[in-house]
Amino acid sequence: MVLVKKIIIITAGLTLLAACSTSQNTAPKNTSGAAFGKPIAEQDLQAWNIDIRTQDGLGLPAGQGNAVAGEKIYNAKCASCHGPDAKGGPVFGTMVGGIGSFTTNARVLTPGSMYPYAPILFDYVRRAMPMDKPQSLTNDEVYALSAYILNLNGLVGKTDEMNSKTLAAVKMPNRDGFMVDDRPDTHAVRCMTNCKQ
Amino acid sequence: MKESAKMQAIVVASQKELQASTSLSKEFSRRSFLRQSVALAGGAGTLGIASTAAMADPLPIPPSNQVMGAPLVAGYGMPSKYEANVIRRRSDVLVNKQNLSDWSMTPLQSTPGIVTPNGLFYERHHNGVPDINPDTHKLVVHGMVSKPLVLTMSDLMRYPTVTKFHFMECSGNGLTDWLKPASKTVQQTHGLLSCAQWTGVPLSWVLDEAGIDPKATWIVAEGADASGHLRSLPLDRIIDEAMLAYAMNGEMLRSENGFPLRLMIPGWEGNVSIKWLRRIKAGTEPWHVRGETARYTDPMPDGKWRKFSFEMEAKSVITNPSGSMKIKPGYNEITGFAWSGKGKIAAVDVSVDGGKNWQPARLEEPVLDKCLTRFNFNWNWQGGPAVIASRAVDSTGYVQPTVDDIKKVRAITGFVQHHNGIFPWNVSANGEVTNGIG
Repeated sequence: MVLVKKIIIITAGLTLLAACSTSQNTAPKNTSGAAFGKPIAEQDLQAWNIDIRTQDGLGLPAGQGNAVAGEKIYNAKCASCHGPDAKGGPVFGTMVGGIGSFTTNARVLTPGSMYPYAPILFDYVRRAMPMDKPQSLTNDEVYALSAYILNLNGLVGKTDEMNSKTLAAVKMPNRDGFMVDDRPDTHAVRCMTNCKQ
Repeated sequence: MKESAKMQAIVVASQKELQASTSLSKEFSRRSFLRQSVALAGGAGTLGIASTAAMADPLPIPPSNQVMGAPLVAGYGMPSKYEANVIRRRSDVLVNKQNLSDWSMTPLQSTPGIVTPNGLFYERHHNGVPDINPDTHKLVVHGMVSKPLVLTMSDLMRYPTVTKFHFMECSGNGLTDWLKPASKTVQQTHGLLSCAQWTGVPLSWVLDEAGIDPKATWIVAEGADASGHLRSLPLDRIIDEAMLAYAMNGEMLRSENGFPLRLMIPGWEGNVSIKWLRRIKAGTEPWHVRGETARYTDPMPDGKWRKFSFEMEAKSVITNPSGSMKIKPGYNEITGFAWSGKGKIAAVDVSVDGGKNWQPARLEEPVLDKCLTRFNFNWNWQGGPAVIASRAVDSTGYVQPTVDDIKKVRAITGFVQHHNGIFPWNVSANGEVTNGIG
């Protein structure tokens, strides 16, 4: 009887383990009792909350701008590094063209050719540009600059207003150009003697 | 006072001498000159271990025995002035036009053992090194959690600590040397690789404390630097091992490596271990930011790009002898590093005939999970041209491929990441070691 009981307990335990390992977030728990985080309201961290889920634009803020406005901002704040018409400058290469180059042996990587989703432009420019003064542009300026770069790449019209809806709706040429990591993609054998070279 | 002035003059003079010879090639040509002189004295033409066994010169008392040493100066110790050539270097193959989004490389040929000293740990920044006061730095955990949290550094340092050895490698390590030799030294071919003992708090603890929604499957981690560098990470694959690290190799992180707080994802490409970590947000999908679409993706033969190639697959390289060195006939220890982002190193093989025949190398303890492993191999070089290479096998059974193996399944064009191909060094008949890729 005792033995049977033990077996039941062990079996139950195993079932429980199996259940745990297939559910989500089964990380090692902190059992020490240490818990020092201070609660904060979401509205109090909004200045930090600048990420954008670029495939659907979740997180894009209010505001708008077009390529006409973007060109002026670009010439004032970006051209010194990126060059006139975003064709490359003293510090960085071109941001225009390259669409269709990925099946050649000279792939040209630009926001137009490479970005799968247009809101990447907004996210990156807002957080990281201009390089000497990041996070200094207004949302309207960032929309306008995004519109300008997209326009130079032939992806939106010169007066098309970019906002949280229209920017997310721009269909980028490389939208379906990605695959998820499927490595290992090589299957080398541990040959020791007279191996093929 | 007079003595210290004299000493200072000596130091200044030797520093000037070192500055005059900071380039690797100069340093190595000086060393090879010394070696050649020794070989000549021992009778050139006879090979083997006994060939340089001529009688040594008589020994005078060294001056260091006869003068007082430098007085103790309390403070942070620095390497000997004679090691002034052992420094991080930028690549001299792919030179950026600015040094804000840039990288520096570890002198792997000069780091014995498996730990990289903090001052030699490779760097990759996307807009410079921020100046962050740990007293004001904060980490926020929010998004799909029941209780958004903010933690200060003193909060984080109160948790029970976890300490582990792990390597870190940039996904771009080796990108200049796929098809033909471009770099001269192993520092330039493989120096976006380092290894440290990391201390911090498991990421899972703060996610648990914030009440993470069981439906959350991804997080995005973001830095407090001027690029706001961020990456999306799949929770189920990082949750067991991800660490909020604040220390490396027995001291707080160096500024250039994330002071005061960084994420540490063992075995994954370095840029996901977000430095200067300020925010973690939980969600249900990846964010597809620039750094995981337009960058850090690999070209595929059909014109597509492979994304989320997180793990650094098994790889090895011979660090001694390596490019720009010169060896003498007879005994030479072949030594280097092997590592895998998927587990432990199970074996390393060495070839001295360009990959036709291989022999197992000795693995030096400790052999740790997702950590550099040191291998050694005794080689009696007979003096003819040779091609030496190493090949790693990891605990999953994965065997390090050749570049030809990789070329068959990926497009090698432009800045291709994730180069874990077998790396040969050519040894010429006179002992000069050069890059043998391609």
